[in-house]
Amino acid sequence: MSIIEILGIASDCIIYIFLGIGVFFNALAGVGLLRFPDVYTRLHAGTKCTTFGSIFIIGSVIIIGLKMWWGHDTNGSVLAIHSAFALIAILLTNPVGAHAIARAAHKSGVMPAQAVIDELKDKSTEKITKKKTSSKTALSKDGGEQ
Amino acid sequence: MIEIFNVYMIVLIAILLCVIMAIVRVIIGPTIPDRVVGVDTINTIVIVGMVIFGAAYEMVIYIDVAIVYALLSFISTLFIAKYLEGGEF
Repeated sequence: MSIIEILGIASDCIIYIFLGIGVFFNALAGVGLLRFPDVYTRLHAGTKCTTFGSIFIIGSVIIIGLKMWWGHDTNGSVLAIHSAFALIAILLTNPVGAHAIARAAHKSGVMPAQAVIDELKDKSTEKITKKKTSSKTALSKDGGEQ
Repeated sequence: MIEIFNVYMIVLIAILLCVIMAIVRVIIGPTIPDRVVGVDTINTIVIVGMVIFGAAYEMVIYIDVAIVYALLSFISTLFIAKYLEGGEF
Protein backbone atom coordinates (compact mmCIF):
# COMPACT_ATOMS: atom_id res chain seq x y z
CA MET A 1 0.00 0.00 0.00
CA SER A 2 1.52 3.26 -1.08
CA ILE A 3 1.64 6.50 0.84
CA ILE A 4 -0.94 8.20 -1.36
CA GLU A 5 -3.59 5.55 -0.65
CA ILE A 6 -2.93 5.83 3.09
CA LEU A 7 -3.29 9.62 2.84
CA GLY A 8 -6.62 9.20 0.99
CA ILE A 9 -8.03 6.88 3.66
CA ALA A 10 -6.81 9.18 6.45
CA SER A 11 -8.39 12.24 4.82
CA ASP A 12 -11.70 10.36 4.47
CA CYS A 13 -11.58 9.46 8.18
CA ILE A 14 -10.82 13.09 9.10
CA ILE A 15 -13.75 14.30 6.95
CA TYR A 16 -16.19 11.88 8.64
CA ILE A 17 -14.94 12.77 12.14
CA PHE A 18 -15.25 16.51 11.45
CA LEU A 19 -18.79 16.08 10.07
CA GLY A 20 -19.78 14.08 13.16
CA ILE A 21 -18.40 16.69 15.56
CA GLY A 22 -20.12 19.52 13.67
CA VAL A 23 -23.53 17.81 13.58
CA PHE A 24 -23.23 16.94 17.28
CA PHE A 25 -22.59 20.55 18.27
CA ASN A 26 -25.35 21.91 16.03
CA ALA A 27 -27.77 19.43 17.65
CA LEU A 28 -26.56 20.67 21.06
CA ALA A 29 -27.45 24.20 19.96
CA GLY A 30 -31.01 23.15 19.08
CA VAL A 31 -31.52 21.25 22.35
CA GLY A 32 -30.07 24.16 24.35
CA LEU A 33 -32.42 26.60 22.63
CA LEU A 34 -35.36 24.45 23.73
CA ARG A 35 -34.23 23.59 27.26
CA PHE A 36 -32.57 26.66 28.77
CA PRO A 37 -34.71 28.93 30.98
CA ASP A 38 -33.59 32.39 29.95
CA VAL A 39 -32.74 34.71 27.04
CA TYR A 40 -29.06 34.94 27.95
CA THR A 41 -28.50 31.22 28.47
CA ARG A 42 -30.34 30.51 25.21
CA LEU A 43 -28.06 32.99 23.47
CA HIS A 44 -25.08 31.22 25.04
CA ALA A 45 -26.24 27.89 23.59
CA GLY A 46 -27.50 29.11 20.24
CA THR A 47 -24.48 31.18 19.28
CA LYS A 48 -21.38 29.43 20.62
CA CYS A 49 -22.44 25.91 19.73
CA THR A 50 -23.36 26.81 16.15
CA THR A 51 -20.08 28.72 15.69
CA PHE A 52 -18.03 25.77 16.94
CA GLY A 53 -20.03 23.26 14.88
CA SER A 54 -19.82 25.33 11.70
CA ILE A 55 -16.02 25.54 12.11
CA PHE A 56 -15.81 21.75 11.90
CA ILE A 57 -18.39 21.24 9.11
CA ILE A 58 -16.85 23.91 6.86
CA GLY A 59 -13.40 22.54 7.76
CA SER A 60 -14.46 19.18 6.34
CA VAL A 61 -15.64 20.92 3.16
CA ILE A 62 -12.25 22.68 2.92
CA ILE A 63 -10.47 19.32 3.26
CA ILE A 64 -12.64 17.89 0.45
CA GLY A 65 -11.76 20.85 -1.75
CA LEU A 66 -8.04 20.41 -1.05
CA LYS A 67 -8.38 16.70 -1.87
CA MET A 68 -10.03 17.51 -5.22
CA TRP A 69 -7.29 20.06 -5.86
CA TRP A 70 -4.66 17.40 -5.13
CA GLY A 71 -6.37 15.23 -7.77
CA HIS A 72 -5.89 18.00 -10.40
CA ASP A 73 -9.48 19.23 -10.29
CA THR A 74 -9.40 23.03 -10.40
CA ASN A 75 -12.98 23.23 -9.13
CA GLY A 76 -11.70 22.05 -5.76
CA SER A 77 -9.46 25.05 -5.19
CA VAL A 78 -12.37 27.47 -5.67
CA LEU A 79 -14.50 25.28 -3.36
CA ALA A 80 -11.88 25.37 -0.59
CA ILE A 81 -11.11 29.10 -0.82
CA HIS A 82 -14.75 30.22 -0.95
CA SER A 83 -15.64 27.92 1.95
CA ALA A 84 -12.81 29.52 3.93
CA PHE A 85 -14.28 32.97 3.16
CA ALA A 86 -17.72 31.80 4.36
CA LEU A 87 -16.10 30.50 7.57
CA ILE A 88 -14.35 33.84 8.11
CA ALA A 89 -17.66 35.67 7.60
CA ILE A 90 -19.37 33.45 10.22
CA LEU A 91 -16.50 33.85 12.69
CA LEU A 92 -16.52 37.65 12.36
CA THR A 93 -20.27 38.28 12.38
CA ASN A 94 -21.72 35.72 14.83
CA PRO A 95 -20.19 36.92 18.16
CA VAL A 96 -20.83 40.58 17.31
CA GLY A 97 -24.50 39.86 16.59
CA ALA A 98 -24.87 37.88 19.81
CA HIS A 99 -23.34 40.72 21.82
CA ALA A 100 -25.70 43.22 20.22
CA ILE A 101 -28.74 41.03 20.97
CA ALA A 102 -27.73 40.56 24.63
CA ARG A 103 -27.14 44.28 25.11
CA ALA A 104 -30.47 45.13 23.45
CA ALA A 105 -32.31 42.57 25.61
CA HIS A 106 -30.83 43.98 28.81
CA LYS A 107 -31.65 47.54 27.77
CA SER A 108 -35.21 46.63 26.76
CA GLY A 109 -35.92 45.31 30.26
CA VAL A 110 -35.60 41.51 29.96
CA MET A 111 -33.71 40.46 33.10
CA PRO A 112 -31.91 37.14 33.75
CA ALA A 113 -34.19 34.59 35.43
CA GLN A 114 -31.95 32.91 38.03
CA ALA A 115 -28.98 35.28 38.19
CA VAL A 116 -27.28 35.85 41.56
CA ILE A 117 -25.53 39.10 40.62
CA ASP A 118 -26.19 41.49 37.72
CA GLU A 119 -23.24 43.86 37.43
CA LEU A 120 -24.56 45.83 34.45
CA LYS A 121 -27.82 46.60 36.30
CA ASP A 122 -25.88 47.58 39.44
CA LYS A 123 -23.69 49.93 37.39
CA SER A 124 -26.64 51.69 35.74
CA THR A 125 -28.52 52.08 39.05
CA GLU A 126 -25.34 53.40 40.73
CA LYS A 127 -25.02 56.07 38.06
CA ILE A 128 -28.67 57.11 38.43
CA THR A 129 -28.49 57.31 42.22
CA LYS A 130 -25.22 59.28 42.04
CA LYS A 131 -26.82 61.79 39.68
CA LYS A 132 -29.89 62.12 41.92
CA THR A 133 -27.86 62.60 45.11
CA SER A 134 -25.54 65.13 43.46
CA SER A 135 -28.48 67.18 42.13
CA LYS A 136 -30.17 67.02 45.55
CA THR A 137 -27.05 68.28 47.32
CA ALA A 138 -26.67 71.06 44.76
CA LEU A 139 -30.30 72.08 45.29
CA SER A 140 -29.93 72.08 49.06
CA LYS A 141 -26.74 74.17 48.80
CA ASP A 142 -28.54 76.72 46.65
CA GLY A 143 -31.45 76.81 49.09
CA GLY A 144 -29.08 77.33 52.00
CA GLU A 145 -27.36 80.25 50.33
CA GLN A 146 -30.62 81.90 49.52
CA MET B 1 -17.59 10.71 -4.53
CA ILE B 2 -20.94 8.89 -4.26
CA GLU B 3 -20.34 7.76 -0.64
CA ILE B 4 -19.49 11.27 0.47
CA PHE B 5 -22.58 12.56 -1.34
CA ASN B 6 -24.77 10.24 0.77
CA VAL B 7 -22.99 11.33 3.95
CA TYR B 8 -23.71 14.94 3.05
CA MET B 9 -27.40 14.17 2.58
CA ILE B 10 -27.49 12.59 6.09
CA VAL B 11 -25.75 15.68 7.52
CA LEU B 12 -28.29 17.94 5.78
CA ILE B 13 -31.21 16.02 7.32
CA ALA B 14 -29.64 16.28 10.81
CA ILE B 15 -29.13 20.02 10.35
CA LEU B 16 -32.76 20.33 9.21
CA LEU B 17 -33.81 18.83 12.56
CA CYS B 18 -31.77 21.53 14.36
CA VAL B 19 -33.55 24.19 12.29
CA ILE B 20 -36.92 22.70 13.30
CA MET B 21 -35.96 22.91 17.00
CA ALA B 22 -34.99 26.56 16.53
CA ILE B 23 -38.31 27.24 14.73
CA VAL B 24 -40.17 25.84 17.76
CA ARG B 25 -38.30 28.35 19.93
CA VAL B 26 -39.22 31.16 17.52
CA ILE B 27 -42.90 30.20 17.74
CA ILE B 28 -43.24 29.68 21.52
CA GLY B 29 -40.67 32.24 22.66
CA PRO B 30 -42.12 34.25 25.56
CA THR B 31 -40.28 37.50 24.84
CA ILE B 32 -39.10 39.24 21.67
CA PRO B 33 -35.32 38.70 22.25
CA ASP B 34 -36.02 34.94 22.46
CA ARG B 35 -37.41 35.01 18.93
CA VAL B 36 -34.45 37.08 17.72
CA VAL B 37 -32.04 34.50 19.20
CA GLY B 38 -33.93 31.73 17.38
CA VAL B 39 -33.76 33.58 14.07
CA ASP B 40 -30.01 34.19 14.53
CA THR B 41 -29.40 30.48 15.15
CA ILE B 42 -31.48 29.57 12.07
CA ASN B 43 -29.36 31.96 9.99
CA THR B 44 -26.08 30.35 11.04
CA ILE B 45 -27.37 26.81 10.46
CA VAL B 46 -28.73 27.76 7.02
CA ILE B 47 -25.30 29.16 6.04
CA VAL B 48 -23.68 25.85 7.00
CA GLY B 49 -26.37 23.98 5.05
CA MET B 50 -25.70 26.07 1.93
CA VAL B 51 -21.97 25.28 2.13
CA ILE B 52 -22.71 21.55 2.49
CA PHE B 53 -25.13 21.71 -0.45
CA GLY B 54 -22.48 23.37 -2.59
CA ALA B 55 -19.96 20.69 -1.66
CA ALA B 56 -22.43 17.87 -2.35
CA TYR B 57 -23.33 19.10 -5.84
CA GLU B 58 -19.85 20.62 -6.50
CA MET B 59 -21.44 23.97 -7.32
CA VAL B 60 -19.32 26.88 -6.10
CA ILE B 61 -22.08 29.43 -6.70
CA TYR B 62 -24.02 28.08 -3.67
CA ILE B 63 -21.08 28.95 -1.42
CA ASP B 64 -20.96 32.51 -2.79
CA VAL B 65 -24.66 32.79 -1.93
CA ALA B 66 -23.79 31.59 1.60
CA ILE B 67 -21.19 34.36 2.02
CA VAL B 68 -23.65 37.08 0.98
CA TYR B 69 -26.36 35.55 3.20
CA ALA B 70 -23.99 35.64 6.20
CA LEU B 71 -23.24 39.35 5.77
CA LEU B 72 -26.90 40.31 5.17
CA SER B 73 -28.14 38.31 8.20
CA PHE B 74 -25.51 40.04 10.35
CA ILE B 75 -26.75 43.46 9.24
CA SER B 76 -30.39 42.49 9.87
CA THR B 77 -29.51 41.23 13.37
CA LEU B 78 -27.75 44.50 14.18
CA PHE B 79 -30.77 46.52 13.01
CA ILE B 80 -33.19 44.44 15.09
CA ALA B 81 -30.96 44.90 18.14
CA LYS B 82 -30.80 48.64 17.56
CA TYR B 83 -34.61 48.71 17.30
CA LEU B 84 -35.00 46.76 20.56
CA GLU B 85 -32.72 49.21 22.36
CA GLY B 86 -35.06 52.01 21.34
CA GLY B 87 -32.36 53.91 19.52
CA GLU B 88 -32.94 56.30 16.67
CA PHE B 89 -31.46 55.59 13.27
